[in-house]
Amino acid sequence: MTEATLINPLDTLVDQFPSGWVKKDERPGYSGFIVEREHLLEFARTMRDDFGFDYLSMVTASDYLAEGKFDVVYYAYKTIGGPALIFKVQVPREDAVVPSLVALYPGADFQEREVWDLMGIRFEGHPDLRRILMWEGFEGHPLRKDWKEPFYEEDVKPYKSRWPEGKPVNADDRNPFNDNVQYPTGFDPERWVPEAETLLYSGLQRTTHNEEFKTDELIVNMGPQHPSTHGVFRMVVSLQGEKIVDLKPVMGYLHRNHEKIAERNTFLQNMPFTDRLDYTTSMSNNFAYALAVEKLMGLQVPERADYIRVLMAELTRIMNHFFATGFLLNDLGVYFTASLYAIEERELILDIFEEISGSRMMCNYFRFGGVVRDVSDEVLKKIHNLVYDRIPRKLDQFDAYLTNNEILRTRCEGVGVLTADQAIALSTAGPILRASGVPYDVRRADPYSIYDRLEFDVITGNHGDIYDRYLVRVAEIKESIKIVKQLLRDIPSGPILAGKPAYQVRVPAGESYGRVEGPKGEMGFYIVSNGKPNPERYHVRAPTFINLTSLAPMSRGEKVADVVVILGAIDIVLGEVDR
Amino acid sequence: MSPEGLSKPEYQVPQEMQNQVALTTLDRLYNWSRKNSVWPMMFGLACCAIEMIAAAASRYDLARFGMEVMRPSPRQSDVMLVSGTVTKKMIPQIVRLYNQMPEPKYVIAMGACASSGGPFKEGYNVVAGVDKFIPVDVYIPGCPPTPQALLHGLMTLQKKIESQSLKEVSWYQKGPGEPIPVPVLGPDLIDMRKAALIREKSQPVTEPEEAAVAVEEAAQNGELPAKEG
Ligand code: SF4
Repeated sequence: MTEATLINPLDTLVDQFPSGWVKKDERPGYSGFIVEREHLLEFARTMRDDFGFDYLSMVTASDYLAEGKFDVVYYAYKTIGGPALIFKVQVPREDAVVPSLVALYPGADFQEREVWDLMGIRFEGHPDLRRILMWEGFEGHPLRKDWKEPFYEEDVKPYKSRWPEGKPVNADDRNPFNDNVQYPTGFDPERWVPEAETLLYSGLQRTTHNEEFKTDELIVNMGPQHPSTHGVFRMVVSLQGEKIVDLKPVMGYLHRNHEKIAERNTFLQNMPFTDRLDYTTSMSNNFAYALAVEKLMGLQVPERADYIRVLMAELTRIMNHFFATGFLLNDLGVYFTASLYAIEERELILDIFEEISGSRMMCNYFRFGGVVRDVSDEVLKKIHNLVYDRIPRKLDQFDAYLTNNEILRTRCEGVGVLTADQAIALSTAGPILRASGVPYDVRRADPYSIYDRLEFDVITGNHGDIYDRYLVRVAEIKESIKIVKQLLRDIPSGPILAGKPAYQVRVPAGESYGRVEGPKGEMGFYIVSNGKPNPERYHVRAPTFINLTSLAPMSRGEKVADVVVILGAIDIVLGEVDR
Repeated sequence: MSPEGLSKPEYQVPQEMQNQVALTTLDRLYNWSRKNSVWPMMFGLACCAIEMIAAAASRYDLARFGMEVMRPSPRQSDVMLVSGTVTKKMIPQIVRLYNQMPEPKYVIAMGACASSGGPFKEGYNVVAGVDKFIPVDVYIPGCPPTPQALLHGLMTLQKKIESQSLKEVSWYQKGPGEPIPVPVLGPDLIDMRKAALIREKSQPVTEPEEAAVAVEEAAQNGELPAKEG
């Protein structure tokens, strides 16, 4: 193959379409293409079918209030690797309608609903456009720049003093209702008829009447308070006997308005908030956010810091996979015994995190251009002991008791199957995607930090069932151990931060997207800066939120007891699903 | 069974019988048995729940306090550990769960979020502390509180249980307790106990007199003056 054939076909993309359909995004700091709204579907189809961008990773929107328009932003990738195709549709604020891409990329389903919910952009042709994080009936679309929350103080932080003249001012006291609420004018609570979730229930497929057997049709609500849902997640399931006819996930019970708060925060203030997204993998969230901002700032991270970052990210992966496996067994009915074993080593890793960052779970350890504190030799020694001794022994235990355990295999094999095509179409990521046989790992497909120097395998499964997801996770722990060993061997000495530590960073205007292969899949941050100390737009591509799109297709036709395990194998964390 | 904490120190029990006999009061016996079998509800909301799991796991071992029996059903539990951010979408369920718990029941607000809204307080979907709706017995600071802090909070709860007297506890008084009205999801969260206030403050401001009255009334009720008008 000659050099010439390697020319990126995207460079000439604009010429391939009739004039005006597609333009290069030429705003300074921006990249990608701007597609006319009328031709979006056609453009996307061409990109998917002819150019091989089969994986729509992220859909979001940003509100440009001053210009009176919304940008709907799409990031598509090829599952064989390579850079992103970024395309955008611009719509005026007063006519916020965009054609839905769900028919082409089913994985856009929840993300489009999220954009509708929070931004108020309608997706024409979406099969089930309901609010997803807030409830039906909520007033307004909170992420719009002109929407103000009840505890609104100022547009951006740092706020003026909350202790003027030494007297604390409580946010509650400034609100007429003495609470975090606001109502439209003329609202009468006694006349309000709450939404009865008719849309939710009417969208549910029901069983057709069976003449032969008399089966009862049943609609079951699992959650939001249910021991099997890993937090405050709810599934509405319609059953025929024990068989699942349809399932609809309901979320938002932990929607903590991360994005709205983040757009008021300064860039650095967001770092501790990213910890609380997927609270079991805070280091890896920090990593993605730091990458996104560093891309905009054009910062180069010192060697040692890069090593420490990857070290922490891989320890996080080990910890997360132990946790996920332990709780998968919980869901299988091994009530707590197995998970107690599985999270034993987690405590040891948490000790390491506590030692270097000061907190067990909410590490807040990364900074733009490096990390906040150096890692001492004793800590490295501890990590050394872990990866050479404790963790491999635990893995042997797993193999001995679980991998060939007959009950585990019977419950997991052939359950919750997702084929490779389905997994790609549904935009799943992480172990789910790889268990279906797609060797897509951001660490390899689009290497960041020092992953291009490290030796490790991308683990894949063959069957796309729960058992393969279990195997992939266990094998990934082994790969992570391999990586950690290399890092411990090669870690150089030197500075750990580019430049001086600063509370306020200068981020040039533009957009960027930073992504890492988190333990649960592609964790990404989409950031738009306008040169001010606060992000103009801040969006999290949460892997488990998008992975949940596959829950209903995987569960249909399975038994109700299995749906708990299928959910467990997705490994959701509500902090990230709901944000 | 050790009678530790059960015997009243005023009554002398001969040394050789101390393992078999305890002289105590009914109050003490009642509280002693209650405090050593506080069953928490298995109910995790957010990040703090992970630390709750860690506290229940082998290293910190809640079982030492007789608290390892996590019940998924509110009907069988004694304490509700509100472990995480309480959102507006979730609070109706939390209030309902609280109403379903049998007396005696206790609530622990674990972490900054459950106590006051924490780092997410300014969020539009966040309830600024679970105590806006249900009474809280123990607040545990931290984000997240370490398992040690949680244990300390639970021990504080035990102390509280110890100090209660059969004569005074509300669940042995006449008549059943009132359930807490479940909040409603409207254009925003509606606390039905505040319905009158909400209606009044949401009135379109037409005549200046009316607004003035509203402000006056609010001042009488100890509220700050209304912002509108
Ligand atoms: S207090 Fe902190 S750790 Fe606990 S739920 Fe709130 S944000 Fe999470």
